[in-house]
Amino acid sequence: MNDELKPVNQKAWLLVLPVFVCVAFSAILPLMTVVNYSVQDIISPERRVFVGTEWFAMVMRDEELHGALLRQLGFSMAVLAVEIPLGILLALSMPAQGWKASAVLVIVALSLLIPWNVVGTIWQIYGRTDIGLLGAALQWLGFDYNYTGDATDAWLTVLVMDVWHWTPLVALLCYAGLRSIPDAYYQAARIDGASKFAVFRYIQLPKLRGVLMIAVLLRFMDSFMIYTEPFVLTGGGPGNATTFLSQYLTQKAVGQFDLGPAAAFSLIYFLIILLLCFILYNWMQRVGTTPKEGGQ
Amino acid sequence: MNPTGRFQKRTLFLIAYLVFAILPIYWMVNMSFKTNNEILSSFTFWPQDFTWDNYRTIFTDPSWYSGYINSLIYVAINTVISVTVALPAAYAFSRYRFLGDKHVFFWLLTNRMTPPAVFLLPFFQLYTTLGLMDTHWAVALAHLVFNVPLAVWILEGFMSGVPREIDETAYIDGYSFPRFFLTIFLPLIKAGVGVAAFFCFMFSWVELLLARTLTSVNAKPIVATMTRTVSASGMDWAVLAAAGVLTIVPGAIVIWFVRHYIAKGFAMGRV
Repeated sequence: MNDELKPVNQKAWLLVLPVFVCVAFSAILPLMTVVNYSVQDIISPERRVFVGTEWFAMVMRDEELHGALLRQLGFSMAVLAVEIPLGILLALSMPAQGWKASAVLVIVALSLLIPWNVVGTIWQIYGRTDIGLLGAALQWLGFDYNYTGDATDAWLTVLVMDVWHWTPLVALLCYAGLRSIPDAYYQAARIDGASKFAVFRYIQLPKLRGVLMIAVLLRFMDSFMIYTEPFVLTGGGPGNATTFLSQYLTQKAVGQFDLGPAAAFSLIYFLIILLLCFILYNWMQRVGTTPKEGGQ
Repeated sequence: MNPTGRFQKRTLFLIAYLVFAILPIYWMVNMSFKTNNEILSSFTFWPQDFTWDNYRTIFTDPSWYSGYINSLIYVAINTVISVTVALPAAYAFSRYRFLGDKHVFFWLLTNRMTPPAVFLLPFFQLYTTLGLMDTHWAVALAHLVFNVPLAVWILEGFMSGVPREIDETAYIDGYSFPRFFLTIFLPLIKAGVGVAAFFCFMFSWVELLLARTLTSVNAKPIVATMTRTVSASGMDWAVLAAAGVLTIVPGAIVIWFVRHYIAKGFAMGRV
C-alpha cells in the first residue's frame, strides 16, 4: 500500500465495490443505529428524548470506566509484548517441510479453533488446584496459586490463557511470510557469511513487515475487545481485577439496559481503538521502511 | 557459528511450546472420556472409568449434532463470500492507485474494531426487518463485518509480493483480465488464499455473540448449544468437553488441507 509507483486507475474502484457493498451493509447501517441511540434517552420504544452529548459527558466522567480502560491498556500491551516475539520465534522454529511441518502446523493451530466460551471453560478446570492439571502442577511446585481469589493470579491466568489461545495466530502469519522468502536471499547471505542474527535482522524481519503489521493490529484490537474468555474464566473478578472494557460495557448495556449511555460508551470505545490502531499502523509503516531504505 | 547447537535450541523451544499448547487440549480430551463424577471428585491423569457416553449423547441428540451442521453451513457460506469478494479488491489495492484508496483500505479494518456487543441490537433489528432471522444467511452475512476486511488485508499482503512485471507480460501476451487472474495470478498467491480462507473459517467458527443472537432454532450454531450446558443448574462438564473436542475436528481438517499452501509459500517476491 505504500508503493507510489503504482499506476492511477479509477476503474479499480469497480474491483473494490463488492467489498464496499458487503461491509457497508453490515457495518454502516448498524453503526448509524448506534449513533442514533447515543444522542437519545430511550424511555420506551415510543418515547424518546433527544439529549445531545449528555451521555458522552456522563460516560467520560465515569471513574469505573477509567479504571477499566487502564486495566485494558495494560492487558493489551502485555499481550502484544509476549505474543508478538513468541509468535516470531515459534515461526522461526517450525520445520519448513515434510510430515513434521504438517504435524506442527496442525498442533499449533488447534487452540485457535476452539470456541471462545469453551476456551474459558477448559481453563476454568485446567487452573483449579484440585482437579486441573495447571493448578495442581503449580501447587505441587509450591506456588500458592488460586485464580479465583488472588487478583494477580487471576490476571496472569487470563494473560497466559490469551497467550496460549492467540500466539498461534501470530506464528501462522509469520510462518506463511517466512516460507515466501526466496532461497536466493539466504544463498546471498551465506556467501556473505552473515550470522543467523544478521539474516533475521536484515532479511527475515523486513520481509515479515507486512504480515507482522496485520498480526500486531489484529492482536491489539482483538485483545482490546476481549470478552468471552475472562467472562467465563473469572467473571471479571476477583474484585474487578479482570474486568476489561468490553465486560464493563456489557454490564452497562445488558445489566442496566440503558441503551443511550451504552451506545455512547460503544462509540467512545470504538474511537479509542481506532485512534490507537491508527497510531500503531502509521508507526509500523515508518519503522518498517526506514531500515529498508538504509539497507538498499 | 554453531548450526547444530542453534538447531537444537530451536527444537527444544518448539517442543516446549508444543507441550504448552497441547496440555490444555489434552485435559479437555481427558475430561471428555470421564464421567462427571470423576471429573469433579478426583485428579486423574487419564480416565479411570473410561466412557464413550458423552460422545454418544452428542451423536444421538439432534439438538447437539444439528448445531455442528448449522455452524458448518454458515461458516462455509461466509468463507466463500469473504474470499471471493476480497480477491478482486485486494488486487485493486495492491496494483492501482485510485481516489481514496488508502482511506478505504484502513476504513475496512476499522470495521473489526467495533466490539460485537455494539452491533447486537442493530443487527437484530436489521435482520428482523429483512426476514432473515434464524437463517444461516443472517449469521454468514453478519460475520462478513470482520472477515472481509481481514481477507482483504491478508490477500493484499501476499499480492504485493508478486512483481508487477508478471501482470504486464500477461497483458502484452493478450490475456484478458479474468483469464490472467484465474490462470496465472491465483496460483501464485495460493499461500495467501489458503491463509485467508483458514482465518475466515476460524473467526466465523468460534464467534459466539452474533451467532447466538441472530439464531434461535433452525440455524442454532454449536457454540450456542454449548452455552446451554453452562447455564444449566448442574454443569455437564463431560459432555461439554466432548463437544469441545468435536468443535476442533472440522478446523483441524481445514488446516490439514490448506497446510501445503501455507508451508510451500511461493517462489518469488515479498510478503
